[in-house]
Amino acid sequence: MKAITKAATSCGTCSGLVEQVMAVTLGDAYETPASQPICGCTDLTHEDVRRLIKARELKSQPAVWQELGWKTLNGCHVCRPAVNYYLLADWPLDYRDDPQSRFVNERKHANIQKDGTFSVVPRMWGGITTPAELRAIADAAEKYSVPTVHVTGGQRIDLLGVKGEDLPHIWADLNAAGLVSGHAYAKGLRTVKTCVGKDHCRFGTQDSTGLGIKLEKHLWGSWTPHKVKLAVSGCPRNCAEATCKDIGVICVDSGYQLGIAGAAGMDVKETERLADLATEEAVIEYATAFMQLYRENARYLDRPYKWVAKVGMEWVKSQILDEATRKALCERFEISQSVYRRDPWAEGAAEPRAFAPLANLNLEAAE
Amino acid sequence: MSWIDIGALADIPERGARLVKTQAGCVAVFRTGPDEVFAVSDRCPHKGGPLSEGIVHGQKVTCPLHNWVFDLNTGEAQGADTGRIDTFPIRIESGRLMLDASRLAGRSAA
Repeated sequence: MKAITKAATSCGTCSGLVEQVMAVTLGDAYETPASQPICGCTDLTHEDVRRLIKARELKSQPAVWQELGWKTLNGCHVCRPAVNYYLLADWPLDYRDDPQSRFVNERKHANIQKDGTFSVVPRMWGGITTPAELRAIADAAEKYSVPTVHVTGGQRIDLLGVKGEDLPHIWADLNAAGLVSGHAYAKGLRTVKTCVGKDHCRFGTQDSTGLGIKLEKHLWGSWTPHKVKLAVSGCPRNCAEATCKDIGVICVDSGYQLGIAGAAGMDVKETERLADLATEEAVIEYATAFMQLYRENARYLDRPYKWVAKVGMEWVKSQILDEATRKALCERFEISQSVYRRDPWAEGAAEPRAFAPLANLNLEAAE
Repeated sequence: MSWIDIGALADIPERGARLVKTQAGCVAVFRTGPDEVFAVSDRCPHKGGPLSEGIVHGQKVTCPLHNWVFDLNTGEAQGADTGRIDTFPIRIESGRLMLDASRLAGRSAA
C-alpha cells in the first residue's frame, strides 16, 4: 500500500488510518505486522541491528552487510543512514562517519530547499548574539545575494537560498567572524533556546541564558537518532517554552526542574520530570547522561519522546538516577565528543573544490 | 561520439556524485564502485530535485527531495513511480573520466 499509494511514507501521521483501511478491506486476512524490518534490504528490525552491532562488535558497514546477511550490495537510502548512525554511536573511536551514507543535508551541512538551493544557519549559543556577529551575517547575506533572511523558532537566523557551490565561501566568511555551524540540518543537537534570565528579567530566578550556553557548548556536534532540541526558562512563566522540548529546564528559586521527552511537532506533549536539581553542574550531568542513553538505545528517527514511550520513563529514571550509570554515560558521551565536538563548516570551507561542479562544458565551449 | 575529459575518477567519492554543467542542462556523474561510473541527467522528472545530491546505493540513486529511486543503467524510475532520466555514455581512461558530449552540445557554439 505504501509503495503504490505513498500513503504513510512522508510525515507518517496517517499510518494508523492506513492500517485501519487495510484491516477493514482485508478483514481477517490482515495481520498487523509484529515487527517491521528496517527496509527491503534485510529482515532484521532496527532493534535487532543495534543489538547485533554491539554483541558481535561489528565496526564497519561491510561487516554489517556481510555478518547480518544484507540482501543488497550496500544498503539503500533507508537503511544506510541508520546503520551509519548506529556504527558511529557505538564505536566512536573505531568507525569513521561516512558522508555518502548521509542524507544530503548532513553531507552538505546545510538544508536543501525545494529549488535545490540551501539554507545556512549559524550557531548562536543559547540564543545570544552580538552586533559584530549580526554585522557578519548581514554582510554574508548581501555578498551571496541571499534572497530570504528568516528568524527561526530556535532563536537563530536562517539564510535561505544559498547556492551549493557558495556554501564553503559563505562558511569561511562566517567562520572569520567566529560563527560556526548551527547544525540546523542535523539529526543531532539543534539549539538551546533560552530566556534572558535573572540578569535582566524581574521574575528570573537563575541565569537561564548562561546555563543554556553551557549546555550547548557541551552537547554541540553530537549525532543523535533524530534531532534534539533544548530550552532553559528562567522561571515557571516559561518564556523559552522548555516544557515541550526533548530536554527542558525550568529554573526555580530552589534550583532547576529538569524535564525530558517533550514534543511540539507532529505530536504535542509536555515534558516529564526527570529530576529536581540544585546546581548547573548537576543539570549538565543529568542532561548529558540522558542524551547518551538516547544515543545508545533509540532506533534511528525516533525522537526522544517516542523512544521514552517505548522503554518507559521508569527505566530511563532508573538509569539516570543511578550515580554510577549516569557517570558512565557521561564518560562515554565525552569519548564520542572528542571526535565530534568540532565545526564541520571549517572543514568544508577548507575544501571548496568538493562543492563546485566537476566541469563546466559551457565555459569550454565559449573558449 | 565526441569524448571530453571532464576530470579525474578520484575527484568523485565512491557512492557519490559530481555535477557537470552543459548547454543541455546539468549532468550528474555517479561513481557507484571503485571503477564504475554513470552519467545521467541531474534533474528528477518529479519535482526537479538534484539527483547528484542523492544517496547512491548499488547502481541506483534516491532523489533527495521525495525519495524517487532511479536505475542508473536505464534511467528508469523504480517501484510505482514512472519517469525516466536521460543517460549518457561515459568511460574511464587511465584514471580520467571521458564523457560523450555529442548529445550535450545543444545549439552550435558558432
